[in-house]
Amino acid sequence: MLLTQLLTGKKARVVRLTARSQKRRRLLDLGLIPDTVVKSIRRSPAGDPTAYLIRGTTLGLRSEETNLVEIKELS
Amino acid sequence: MGLTSQSSGLNVLKKEFNLTSGYNNPVIALAGNPNTGKSTVFNELTGLKQHTGNWPGKTVIQAKGYFSHQGQQFMLVDLPGTYSLLANSTEELIARDFICFADPTVTIVVVDSTNLERNLNLVLQIMELTDNVILCLNLIDEAKRKGIEINIEHLQSELKIPVIPTIARDGYGITALKETVFRVNSGEIKIKPYKIKYSPEVENKVIELEETLEKRIGHLKNFINFHWLALRLLEGDQTILYSLEKYFVDYFPSKILSGESGVQASGVR
Ligand SMILES: Nc1nc2c(ncn2[C@@H]2O[C@H](COP(=O)(O)OP(=O)(O)OP(=O)(O)O)[C@@H](O)[C@H]2O)c(=O)[nH]1
Repeated sequence: MLLTQLLTGKKARVVRLTARSQKRRRLLDLGLIPDTVVKSIRRSPAGDPTAYLIRGTTLGLRSEETNLVEIKELS
Repeated sequence: MGLTSQSSGLNVLKKEFNLTSGYNNPVIALAGNPNTGKSTVFNELTGLKQHTGNWPGKTVIQAKGYFSHQGQQFMLVDLPGTYSLLANSTEELIARDFICFADPTVTIVVVDSTNLERNLNLVLQIMELTDNVILCLNLIDEAKRKGIEINIEHLQSELKIPVIPTIARDGYGITALKETVFRVNSGEIKIKPYKIKYSPEVENKVIELEETLEKRIGHLKNFINFHWLALRLLEGDQTILYSLEKYFVDYFPSKILSGESGVQASGVR
């Protein structure tokens, strides 16, 4: 499952990043390290970007970024 | 450090960062993640009160101020709040170029004590680029309130940089911060930060690249940390080459990006 598909209010655990080089580095810098728990907070009216709670900070990510993050949803 | 501002692109840099006056004072950079109380620390250090705005859209340093300690005046430059130094955005590019090329005497990194894990990423990146780093553990009152206890001595010995707890809103710890800056500037405190060790493959490539850099642009060794530059080139970071060209244009008559100097980022895989 991709982070893009996580519904608002749901939590998931990062499994791995499929991004390479600079894009990968950026996602890691934002705190998306494997095993990190992320929560989808809200979607902007246009559907993109989406706000996520990542390691204590709310960050807006675009689908082109969240498509590169594989997750496992937590129940 | 050797080159005159006339002869190097450092002139461009000074203009860009609005440093043309007061540059004879030691320059202290203030870095940190967004929302760590950085502006409050800036105000407390300088006694200025008007700095409230945010960075987005701005391309020059917005806030510059001065403070004195024991008769020594320092110039303080507030860098944009960023999560990283990897030039993914204008803010990050500004912060990186300033620390990399303006060569501040000391860089203070303000962190949110309630969220150290996230904040330490930037701290480690800055420690990789420059030695004189001071950690300002701000919002220590909030941390206490949340039941978070930070072992300052331990943090200090792990990172090998001075760690100063502050409550900027109340002015707590600001004098200790000034005192530490003063003692680093005077040479009384010598900082040798902890450096990240990468895998042998990476480290070997970095050594190779450092040797190439030495051969091709050895004359810039005093101005840029070759180890750090080699790591960026290995990552395929093109922005550092653009910045090098911009600030040291006179030193690259043949242009680095043309590949003639052999340090093309894309050539390194
Ligand atoms: N409790 C507490 N509040 C603080 C402290 N330092 C700053 N604040 C408050 O935190 C808020 C944000 O502070 P700023 O200085 O604007 O933070 P900043 O890091 O510059 O924020 P950005 O401009 O968004 O990057 C303000 O309301 C400050 O009064 C502190 O040590 N303790």
